[in-house]
Amino acid sequence: MTDNKELNSPGYEIPEDLQHAVSITTIDRLYNWGRRWSVWPMMFGLACCAIEMIAAQAARYDLARFGMEVMRPSPRQSDLMIVAGTVTKKMIPAIVRLYNQMPEPKYVVAMGACASGGGPFKEGYNVVAGVDKFVPVDVYIPGCPPTPQALTAGLMKLQEKIDKESIRKVRWYQKGADSVELPIPVLGPDLMDPRRYNEIKMLAAKPAEPATESKA
Amino acid sequence: MYGKGIIKGLGVTLKRFADTYLDDIQWWGRRYYKAEGIAHRSSKDTRGVFTVQYPEEKLPVPEEFRYVPFLVYDDGTDGGKEVRCTSCGICAKVCPPQCIWIVRSNDPQTGRPIPEPTEFFIDADICMNCGFCAEYCPFDAIIMDHDYEIASYQRNVFNMQQLLKPASYYKSIRPLNYQRNDEERRAKEAAKAAKAGAAS
Amino acid sequence: MTTLVETETLDLAARFPGSAAADTRPGYSDWIVNKDKLVEVATTLRDEFGYDLLSHVTGVDYFPDKMEVVYEAFKTTGGPGVLFKVQVPRVDPIEVPSVTPIWPGAEFQEREIWDLYGIKFTNHPDLRRILMWEGFEGHPLRKDWHEPFYEEDFKPLKSRWPDGKYVSSEDKNPYKDNLQFPQNFDPEKVKIDGEAPLYDTLQKYTTVDGGIKTDHIIVNMGPQHPSTHGVFRAAVVLDGETIVSLKPVMGYLHRNHEKIGERNTFLQNMPYTDRLDYFNSMSNNWGYSLAVEKLMNIKVAERAEYLRVIMAELSRIQNHLILIGMLLNDLGAYFTPALYAFEERELILDIFEATSGTRMMCNYHRFGGVSRDLPEGVLEKIRGLVEDRLPRKADEFDRLLTENEIFISRMKGVKVMDAEDAVKYSITGPVLRAAGVPYDVRRAQPYGIYDRFDFDVALRHNGDLYDNYLIRLDEIRQSIRILQQAVKQMPEGPINSQKPQYQVRVPAGEAYGRIEAPKGELGYYVISTGKPNPWRYHVRAPSFINITALEKMCVGKKIADFVVILGVLDIVLGELDR
Ligand code: SF4
Ligand code: SF4
Ligand code: SF4
Repeated sequence: MTDNKELNSPGYEIPEDLQHAVSITTIDRLYNWGRRWSVWPMMFGLACCAIEMIAAQAARYDLARFGMEVMRPSPRQSDLMIVAGTVTKKMIPAIVRLYNQMPEPKYVVAMGACASGGGPFKEGYNVVAGVDKFVPVDVYIPGCPPTPQALTAGLMKLQEKIDKESIRKVRWYQKGADSVELPIPVLGPDLMDPRRYNEIKMLAAKPAEPATESKA
Repeated sequence: MYGKGIIKGLGVTLKRFADTYLDDIQWWGRRYYKAEGIAHRSSKDTRGVFTVQYPEEKLPVPEEFRYVPFLVYDDGTDGGKEVRCTSCGICAKVCPPQCIWIVRSNDPQTGRPIPEPTEFFIDADICMNCGFCAEYCPFDAIIMDHDYEIASYQRNVFNMQQLLKPASYYKSIRPLNYQRNDEERRAKEAAKAAKAGAAS
Repeated sequence: MTTLVETETLDLAARFPGSAAADTRPGYSDWIVNKDKLVEVATTLRDEFGYDLLSHVTGVDYFPDKMEVVYEAFKTTGGPGVLFKVQVPRVDPIEVPSVTPIWPGAEFQEREIWDLYGIKFTNHPDLRRILMWEGFEGHPLRKDWHEPFYEEDFKPLKSRWPDGKYVSSEDKNPYKDNLQFPQNFDPEKVKIDGEAPLYDTLQKYTTVDGGIKTDHIIVNMGPQHPSTHGVFRAAVVLDGETIVSLKPVMGYLHRNHEKIGERNTFLQNMPYTDRLDYFNSMSNNWGYSLAVEKLMNIKVAERAEYLRVIMAELSRIQNHLILIGMLLNDLGAYFTPALYAFEERELILDIFEATSGTRMMCNYHRFGGVSRDLPEGVLEKIRGLVEDRLPRKADEFDRLLTENEIFISRMKGVKVMDAEDAVKYSITGPVLRAAGVPYDVRRAQPYGIYDRFDFDVALRHNGDLYDNYLIRLDEIRQSIRILQQAVKQMPEGPINSQKPQYQVRVPAGEAYGRIEAPKGELGYYVISTGKPNPWRYHVRAPSFINITALEKMCVGKKIADFVVILGVLDIVLGELDR
């Protein structure tokens, strides 16, 4: 009866002989309980970490035990984007677009060093130093690559996060837009984030920075 | 006959299906949540359900397993931490993505370097778990950790406080390596003592 | 079989007096060819001397005075290759004639050189950027081009020790991110349509077919598509379901491997090679250590040679198993075979993990040997797998799929490539052998200790999808054969002929180390100047070069076949984009 244990909200004593049949819960708990066991990830892999993600889906680690086996190829049907791999500048517009297309509630897990903060290829000219520069990340899993068990541990961390949410406060039931739309980055001479156009313009107008140029 | 190949193939899946129950019966009560059962399920004879029921049971990691590195300290005589690292800088030099940052201590009076780091950072969001730092550290001061359950809600840049773990932990996760290193160290110390003895 | 070729001497200087000369720089070999004569020399090499397989083309930037384009061609009958170079002054516009008309396999490689070095290839059919996007500023592999997070030319970086206060790279950059823009740049004013050149190259026309006019449509598959095996994209022109024209678009996982590799020390590149073809880090390591060991001129410890073979062959087995499993997925059979394949893979990865420390990124080779010996009990495990389990499981896959009628009707007769075209397009690996060319580097130019083992080069003749599937099973069986011998013969002894050292000394020169990776010929072209870091570090990635012929393979077929063709080509994006 693990389920009852999770559902029972603290504060109400249930007589022992009724515990297997009755559980008193709050809407929040029920809501979160339903969501935490049916997080559908998007079938979306970028690099090496994606292989470990597939391995986690396969027989040995079997994410189906967490209700996460339904990898959706379409962002419209998925709740979770596992960013598994190196995020490149050429790829980030597509990633942001995919994120925008996911319906709320949506979560992002940065799997591996690359997605969390750039990883071993951070110094590269085509690499985005962490996907959190563009989409909000809920859980970071370090490791290169995180083993399937580490990924599972990270996803359990996400479940914990879901548990803490309240139906009254979650952003998708608030007034206003249904979902956050992020501006899609543009590929120019380098990657351009539309949110930062003014800043880029201002900084580019400055004389060349000695910090980066002089060493060249 | 058309369809023979398909039936043959389906036979394979059917056998796999049956194997699950056969193996469950054969290993009744020992197959799950027991070290012996996990070992059986990772052996060449495994058949049927292959799943490791993480997190209730965990696949044991081998001794050489490497995740993010940590720094070893020995328990000092006064209960303090004796950091093994001498801030020689080899790990920072060998680290391929250059994610180790070390501030070497300097003697406040003479300004000469002291063999101890003031600060030590590892950017776990860059670290590629390659193990070079541990492999080339001459003092066994930096060791690759086995703890992979380190997912968090923010980026991970570890400072020295977060990196330090006791030598006993090192011993528990890598008993063979620990033993080997320990013997080497002892031999070295003995040699040194002998030399000192001979000189005096 | 190789002796025949080796006795023949090739003297280009005598054949082309005045326009070809021996490369006399210390550590270098073979020929430097005059730019104007390049096409003629290349044609002669192919037609007269029989160097029909162009292995790799790459650029080298000898900053500050010249640029060099390096070509290496081999014979499909085996033996050593011929290396020839063209040198051009380093003033824009840098132009070199294209060899694509002679060896079509050069097409993408020349595009890559244009993209990364800014060398223009005259007479190239479709010279566009390939890895970076159209409109990107600069040619990144040039030595005087610096990325936004640039700190120093060579690692180890001085900021890390002894005064390594942690500062993230972002904080040092004026834009606080991995960005740099030209002076006075205004993002609102740029109008770059990076896609236009791509769509221009696709052939578009309308067919009038029995009175009904049909328009062709362009479909973009990828970069996020479940069956493109990663972030690969193909722009396809369709006439109904039939493919009329197709262009691969790549670079979505371009991680700047070579630029980073030229900043790393020789040893530091080892774990980076793991991340090329991330299924087979064990074989990736090998190609690189071969190249560097050649430069250092050192021998590999005997036991290590066996360990290398064992690990590489295990890796090949799991690679092919996954390929077969995923192939069924591409065909629409859902996951069952893939799950079965992953089960065997897990058991093989257990061995890798116990030996090297990680499942995927093994970082196992060191120059002169390997990093760790087999721990206790692992040899027993390997023996159990190769003597008992893997042969059983190979047969099981055979039963599961080979005779399946639906499978056969989808696969049989769908031609991927015939032998002649495959060689022209520089295709290597199982795809080439499935087309009937018995070319396997393990036999053609044996490396390591492959000459000691008794095995056959797997060969099929039709070059269709079905043969491409069957050859994978054949290769698994051959690998098992090699493994059984290797496990029996493995001697005791040290695992490295060198002392462990974190800074190796590599004499100046060039070397090309190549191995038969599960996906084809994997080679590393390394130039050392005697410093701790390589001057040039180039990866000849089989996935990248095999994909050159993708359009040729797909035109005229159904869109559903495209997915399967991509499946049997066995691309992996880490290697394709590097
Ligand atoms: S974190 Fe490591 S394993 Fe994951 S994508 Fe990056 S380089 Fe590959
Ligand atoms: S190599 Fe070892 S002793 Fe030297 S700085 Fe690194 S951790 Fe400290
Ligand atoms: S494991 Fe490798 S990448 Fe990580 S800190 Fe050590 S040397 Fe650097």
